[in-house]
Amino acid sequence: MADVKPLVEVRGLAKHYERRGNPFVRRRGASDVVRAVDGVDLTIRRGEGVGLVGESGCGKTTTGRLLLNLIEPTGGQIVYDGEDLSTMNTTQVKEFRKRAQLVFQNPFDALNPRFTLYRSLVEPLANAGVPEDEHETRILRALERVHLRDAERLLDKFPHQVSGGQLQRIVLARALVLDPEFIVADEPVSMLDVSVRAGILNVLREAKQDLGLTAVYISHDLALVRYVCERTVVMYLGRVMEDGPTEDVVERPAHPYTKALVAAVPTPDPQQEHVALPILPGRPDATAVPSGCPFRDRCPEAHARCAEEVPAAHEIAPGHVVHCHLFES
Amino acid sequence: MLLETNDLTIGYRTASGALRAVEGVNLAIPEGEIVGLVGESGCGKTTLARSLIGVMAGNASIERGEIRFQGRDLVSSGARYWKDRRWRDIAYIPQSAMNSLDPVYRVGDQLLEVLIRRGGMDRAKAKRRAAELFELVGIEANRLRDFPHEFSGGMRQRAAIALALALDPKLVIADEPVTALDVIVQRQILDTLDDLQKRLGISVLLVTHDISVVAYVCDRVAVMYAGKLVEEGSVDTVLGSPVHPYSMGLMNAFPDLGRASRTLVPIEGAPPDLHDPPAGCRFAPRCPFVVDACSEPPAIESVDETHRAACWRIGEAEALRKDASEVTTWQT
Repeated sequence: MADVKPLVEVRGLAKHYERRGNPFVRRRGASDVVRAVDGVDLTIRRGEGVGLVGESGCGKTTTGRLLLNLIEPTGGQIVYDGEDLSTMNTTQVKEFRKRAQLVFQNPFDALNPRFTLYRSLVEPLANAGVPEDEHETRILRALERVHLRDAERLLDKFPHQVSGGQLQRIVLARALVLDPEFIVADEPVSMLDVSVRAGILNVLREAKQDLGLTAVYISHDLALVRYVCERTVVMYLGRVMEDGPTEDVVERPAHPYTKALVAAVPTPDPQQEHVALPILPGRPDATAVPSGCPFRDRCPEAHARCAEEVPAAHEIAPGHVVHCHLFES
Repeated sequence: MLLETNDLTIGYRTASGALRAVEGVNLAIPEGEIVGLVGESGCGKTTLARSLIGVMAGNASIERGEIRFQGRDLVSSGARYWKDRRWRDIAYIPQSAMNSLDPVYRVGDQLLEVLIRRGGMDRAKAKRRAAELFELVGIEANRLRDFPHEFSGGMRQRAAIALALALDPKLVIADEPVTALDVIVQRQILDTLDDLQKRLGISVLLVTHDISVVAYVCDRVAVMYAGKLVEEGSVDTVLGSPVHPYSMGLMNAFPDLGRASRTLVPIEGAPPDLHDPPAGCRFAPRCPFVVDACSEPPAIESVDETHRAACWRIGEAEALRKDASEVTTWQT
């Protein structure tokens, strides 16, 4: 895989938000700048499924939106298939919007409630200038991909008339209808019940395989990411902590934060051991990020250097990178 | 049994007609155990949990059945008796701790209100107790002066637990206590809950959609589907060797971080509309193991002494379990 040219290359990506000044609320030690994403490097190869995991506020959703050029970065660079996203002209941006698609988190909000499902599916095709006589075949093909049963019967219905699972399949079909090569799915199943969730996850896996899609899945759920992604990127307070093959990251987590994260995931096995979490109390606060390593104030293995220097990337195995001073060779 | 429901049936009047959200449920909560009540959206688990404290939505009513707390039926004992049990004997932590705290009052004042008005303590004693409760759930006592918005999600959940424990109840009902929380905070809250249950010897009814949460802290589990209790037993048996096809389906559909290679098995279809539920087994329309008998509703029957399930094919469970783990079994 190493010789394949990456589809997406991200260097030093940053997105800072200015906090709106509320004269009545002032929190001690808090800064006016929220560093949502703060220096992320990421290489996504063609056909790869990458999971972005981390807790609320770690910057995973912001990173996903930056990757799709939906918001402008404060710093850094995203190169998509050799083209810098920030310097694309209007025609190129339009082309990019066809090739890269977002799958929304909440299927109940993702579609216009006043559109029939059919109209929601036609819209992207019409916007992209796909000739009208191709619409039906393209829609049917996308619906087949997502295994929507009784599709013909459902297409005249409105979003509130179908179940959450059916709706999420439509949302997925809508993202696939333009035959994209890159999709970003932000918590694609978090709103769904377990029994329905499994079906959507299988559709995601299949679609990725059959279409050779490159996909970024954003999720707080490590078990889900393990199911659909070959690679896992763990984020904490706007930075990447660990990045590597999913099996390595889950089975042999190296970064102290990843260790805590993996240990915290409950499994449906009643025999699982109750081990103490290797993490100090506290919680991530994006308005008061510690100097040096952002995780150091909760890290059980932190030492003096962690406050002084942002840890560099250390490759501990092929393709497995850890941002932690402990791994300095 | 600390609490036992008998044929409990709860109906709602809605704009589109009457429906029964809970039907004929026999749930048992033993003393000193954590019981998980698990099921998917709309299965009636929250309706059931709320009915136990006698606080229900305005259009809901108990149509029949009993709720026996320490042997005495609460439904027929009158509103006054039931109200006296609330907080003192049975405490309830609502879904999302954000909602159980009033945003315009300091968290400590909300605790004091319960301690003084319901617990009959004087102010000085109540203040000492409030500090003690905060310590118990792992929040520094000086945070009693904070407003709810100054708390993180995990701290709000802890405060809600402190509130529930205020008057030393025997039973705490926690509705989705960790659902909106990040995984590390979730684990810390579950550990706190587990620890408190052991130290105080209370019983806990933990309502959740997440079987991994059940596996982690519960002793027993009751599985609900479309208003009915379909399986009940110790966590080890129900999650380890489920007997009801729905429980099997839930286990096989659940991503397990510990078992990567397994293919997830979805349950095709969707739960029935409770305005017009199927006449027989409610899971039959989605069940791959349907036989003729399933057109009649199965009663809940004993599998062994501590394990019960409502399925006509209890005896064949082992063979069904094997088939249930294949995706193709469910695609009919």
